[in-house]
Amino acid sequence: MSQPSTWSAVRSADDIAVRNGSTAAPNLADVLERVLDKGMVIAGDIKINLLDIELLTIKLRLLVASLDKAKEIGIDWWEHDPALSSGRSRALEAENDRLRQRVGELERTTSEEGEGVRR
Amino acid sequence: MSTHGRRAIYTYAVARPLDPAQLSGLRGVDGTSVHLIRHDDLVAVVSTLRFTEAELAALRARLENPAELEAIARAHHDVVGAVFEHSVTLPFRLATIHQSEQRLLEVLRAGQQRFNGALDQLAGRVEIGVKLYVEAPPTSFAAADAQDTGEPAGRGRDYLRRRRDLLLRRQQAGRRSADAAARIGDTLARIAADHRFHRLQDPRLSGVPGDNVLNAAYLVDAASTESFVALARSLDGDLASARVEITGPWPPYSFAEPLPSPGASDAADR
Repeated sequence: MSQPSTWSAVRSADDIAVRNGSTAAPNLADVLERVLDKGMVIAGDIKINLLDIELLTIKLRLLVASLDKAKEIGIDWWEHDPALSSGRSRALEAENDRLRQRVGELERTTSEEGEGVRR
Repeated sequence: MSTHGRRAIYTYAVARPLDPAQLSGLRGVDGTSVHLIRHDDLVAVVSTLRFTEAELAALRARLENPAELEAIARAHHDVVGAVFEHSVTLPFRLATIHQSEQRLLEVLRAGQQRFNGALDQLAGRVEIGVKLYVEAPPTSFAAADAQDTGEPAGRGRDYLRRRRDLLLRRQQAGRRSADAAARIGDTLARIAADHRFHRLQDPRLSGVPGDNVLNAAYLVDAASTESFVALARSLDGDLASARVEITGPWPPYSFAEPLPSPGASDAADR
């Protein structure tokens, strides 16, 4: 019942990042529990309701389930695409910027369309 | 419809003044550039975001979408981590947003005492994450049976015996790992400057197999990080299937909010 392959694939304690958590992209769960649940809370002018880590866990389960499903049927290109994995190269930054801009435009369009259902 | 819209200030952290050149080329949330806003001995590390109502709505929606949230969270963390390489850093929670630099300056002014106090506490220290995992005990009769005999669950009295054994085994394993977690957690807490015990991680969120039975953060003097980590690694609580995982050094997210001490109060309460 043990899963030796999975266990050995896990990052070992020797992999401690040399400089800080941003060097080797840390586990998403570790990042989220810090930036969502920790960190100094300052009342901002603009109220943003953050998911708490518990609700997020539920959402991510669904996401992970669908990612697993995708992997199962052989769609795993994002794992090898440096633009999508954490080791971003400078050359891709510009492209990312263009994409972000485009996504932003699309999001503005959709959020305007979805105005009626906005909280 | 107007396209220039409002601008808003997103703050990643407060730190001691540092050379802006050290952050040159650094990109924050949505690829925005990062700059510093200074007040006395404090700098806020910020990005300027465009903020029309539609953009605000979009940001809210994105923070509820796990994939988008990951990108934003990592961007936030990348900036905090970069600042932490050069200065004592007080990380802010994700999505702290003010309407203008002026408003943020007011916050720095009003919270000056609180920020200075926190930065003094954190100077020269790093956060180390220590987690303990144990291999999950069998959760189904089928799994337990396969382990025992490789035969399917029996009938009648046999079935009841197995059921009782399984429950007992699970209870004992749970008790042993809880004991080990408490022992390890406390041993490390005694030599750290401060500690926090975090919610145990769900393997479906972390992608790490096994039961997470300890998820702790320790505030450690940067100079003694190595010995702390060595000690943490050596503690596996005498559990055969236990595994210690160490992360960091992190910017001190978990210690950004000091636990309330009696009599502590300043402008932050306003």
